[in-house]
Amino acid sequence: MSKRDRTIYWTGFGVVLALLILAPFMLPEFWKRFLTEILIWGLLAMSSDVLIGYTGMVSFGHSAFFGLGMYGAAAAILIVSPPQLVLAVIFGLVAAAAVSVFVAYFSTRLREIYFAITTLIFSQIFYVIIFTWTELTGGENGLTFKRPELGIPGLWSTPFTTETLHWFVLAVVTASYLILRRITQSPFGMVLQSIRENEARTRAIGYPVERYKIVAVMLSGLFAGLAGVLYAVQNRFVAPDFVFFLVSGEAVIFNLMGGIGTLVGPILGAGAFLLLREVFSRLLTEHYLIPVGIIFIAMVIFLPQGMLGFMRRWLNR
Amino acid sequence: MSFDGTSVQPLVQVEDIHTYYGKSHILHGVSLHVGAGEVVGLLGRNGVGKSTTLKTIMGLVHPSEGKVLLAGQPVTNLPAHKLARLGIGYVPEDRRIFRLLTVAENLRTGLDRTGVTEARRQELLDKVFAYFPVLAERRNQAGGTLSGGEQQMLAIARAMMLEPKIILLDEPTEGLMPRMVSQIRQIIDVLHSEGVAILLVEQNVPLTLAASQRVYIMEKGAVRHHAVAAELKVDDPVIHQYLGV
Amino acid sequence: MIPWDLIVIQTVNGIVTGMILALVASGLTLIFGIMDVVNFAHGELFMLGAYMGVIVLAATGNFWLALVLSVLIVALLGAALQIVTLRPLLGRDPLMTILVTFGISLVLQNYALWQFGPVARKIQEPFSGRFQLFYLEYPYYRLLIAALSAAIIGGFWLFLKYGKFGIWIRATTQDRLMAQAMGIPVPLVLTVSFAIGAGMAAASGVLFGPLVGVNHIMGLDWVLKAFIVVVVGGMGNLGGSVLAAIFISLLEAYASIWVSPAQAVIASFIVLILTLLFRPTGLFVPTPK
Repeated sequence: MSKRDRTIYWTGFGVVLALLILAPFMLPEFWKRFLTEILIWGLLAMSSDVLIGYTGMVSFGHSAFFGLGMYGAAAAILIVSPPQLVLAVIFGLVAAAAVSVFVAYFSTRLREIYFAITTLIFSQIFYVIIFTWTELTGGENGLTFKRPELGIPGLWSTPFTTETLHWFVLAVVTASYLILRRITQSPFGMVLQSIRENEARTRAIGYPVERYKIVAVMLSGLFAGLAGVLYAVQNRFVAPDFVFFLVSGEAVIFNLMGGIGTLVGPILGAGAFLLLREVFSRLLTEHYLIPVGIIFIAMVIFLPQGMLGFMRRWLNR
Repeated sequence: MSFDGTSVQPLVQVEDIHTYYGKSHILHGVSLHVGAGEVVGLLGRNGVGKSTTLKTIMGLVHPSEGKVLLAGQPVTNLPAHKLARLGIGYVPEDRRIFRLLTVAENLRTGLDRTGVTEARRQELLDKVFAYFPVLAERRNQAGGTLSGGEQQMLAIARAMMLEPKIILLDEPTEGLMPRMVSQIRQIIDVLHSEGVAILLVEQNVPLTLAASQRVYIMEKGAVRHHAVAAELKVDDPVIHQYLGV
Repeated sequence: MIPWDLIVIQTVNGIVTGMILALVASGLTLIFGIMDVVNFAHGELFMLGAYMGVIVLAATGNFWLALVLSVLIVALLGAALQIVTLRPLLGRDPLMTILVTFGISLVLQNYALWQFGPVARKIQEPFSGRFQLFYLEYPYYRLLIAALSAAIIGGFWLFLKYGKFGIWIRATTQDRLMAQAMGIPVPLVLTVSFAIGAGMAAASGVLFGPLVGVNHIMGLDWVLKAFIVVVVGGMGNLGGSVLAAIFISLLEAYASIWVSPAQAVIASFIVLILTLLFRPTGLFVPTPK
């Protein structure tokens, strides 16, 4: 990126970040939590973008990573008393990492379509296990629990408020974004993109494509799991519904609407989708997915680069 | 305008075609023409755009600039299946017969057109089996089980089923034994005697010069030389220049 | 103590479900084989078929009319969907077709919920009548389902093998470009193939309707199983799909003797994983050299 582009980018980044930090002071209660949810789903979609946008692999497995991160956090919160935030994060990440290794091992050798189907089925495998293993997971009804306190174990802790939770989530999501941005712009990220452009040629040059893919899946799974942890902490509730493959599908929708391969686009996409859902459900009660779905289909056909891609082209004119 | 000075509408005319594959600029303003019933050769090294030119005429690839005319009518952006029905037959490099269909089914894909009576179908089949007896023997075998030479014959026979006015042949003798090469030569002559025009892309220079009335030579995506075949010898410096043999 | 009577009953059940699954999967594998589209909306076409069956049956009282009309209506819908949403995507990244069909499935599901509500509807069996199968009174209708599904698949196979359009479908599946070069109207073939796949899904929905309640999410389970069947049977392989469908249904049926049906589905997941590990081109397909 040129110097001028870089200044524009970081200024924009700073402005958006400032707005997000100040938001809790300006918004009513409902919208504060709404904004936090957008950030969490945005993180999930961002993790999915690593695979779709950078490596060129459509995955429906994100609900598995998200869900296991969620349940891992729930486990930490329920087992250790009083519930510790740090433990929740660790348990969640470990659970998500384990699942992603499993999924990565089986699916990465497969061509795109087989990969998509297989990841979908893995989501369902976990869904069925969680749904039926009622003694461990609470089955259909899920688990409820208290929210852990923000703090460093042994030093200090204070309960979350809506505002502090928002800032905490914002901090985590921003850090994740910066880390992922760094990674996708590194040599490793370049190889991923080259796999997306032309896998055969990348392999012919000598890169161990499968290994790169496995790392990509694990990276993606880790951040999806992190999103799951955040969700559990925010909502104090987990359920098998979040492991159902439709959740992965929504993440993919956020990706497309925002802009595949942009990392920040998916967050925009999540915001747009959730906003549209709010608007339409106030107008049409529960059937908001019909107009939103149609908008999505139209975007795939006419605007596949998503909102960000559209803005980019519009700005370049 | 043909070389003997008379002006007859050529059957196929390609005017200043530019074709891209993605960002690669493959054809840089190709122009050529084939008259009705003429055999025209297209020579050039590998990668100069000969196959792409054929594909553009066949409508399998659309040019970003330029025109393709069939009997004077612009057909530049028509889809391939319409061009096939308008009378262009195509025999690609590596044959590409339908491997999982039988020989008879392969031929049938060309026969299943409107306006072909049952009698005519039988006539065409009989004719093609007479030219290619080995196909008659193997008519119920899957295309993929045929040898390379047999597949080439099937590819040509299949195109003949369209009763085309022109057949685009892309390197028909590639990888064939000398006996089969002369068989291909015979087929070209037979088709010519029946008034079918042929645009022949080949690496085999002697065959091309012997079978064609005119030849074009391409290099780097454009036509560089045009001559009457009879006036060009195999060891001509022009041949040497563009084909580096 | 082997429960032989249960095993026989489950064998029959497995074959019945297997034939329906085979019919659903055939449509899916046809669509995938010919246009490389993973039709996520296939389960919803199944569901809409069942609902059309409910409506026509309520209006006319004739099950067979319901079956035929439902197939026609959903086939037309399928053709329309293909023309509007999939044709523009031809030649683009195949990823986009996955997204589009996923979007369609969401819209159709919610449309059904909106139009028909969450309460399940019932399709009446065309005839009752049971025979004695051990201690069960087994409905003849279930046997009819299996027979009809087999007949439809068989008819489709004959059409593919001998019909003019069937050869067009096979040629287009093998080599779309050369099919065009042979004058085959490929865009039309693609649309009709999608319509046929949709019709087969609808037929399955109507046939299966009397066995369960018809509701807006009935498609989800089926699309998942159908995907497993298609992968295990070999993408684009009709015979493989049929065998895989019966195989997986039998396995699940036997598994439910010992575990709950919700857990029995794990059997199909295991088959999938094993197939992917050892015979990724399909369990019943000879590994290519």
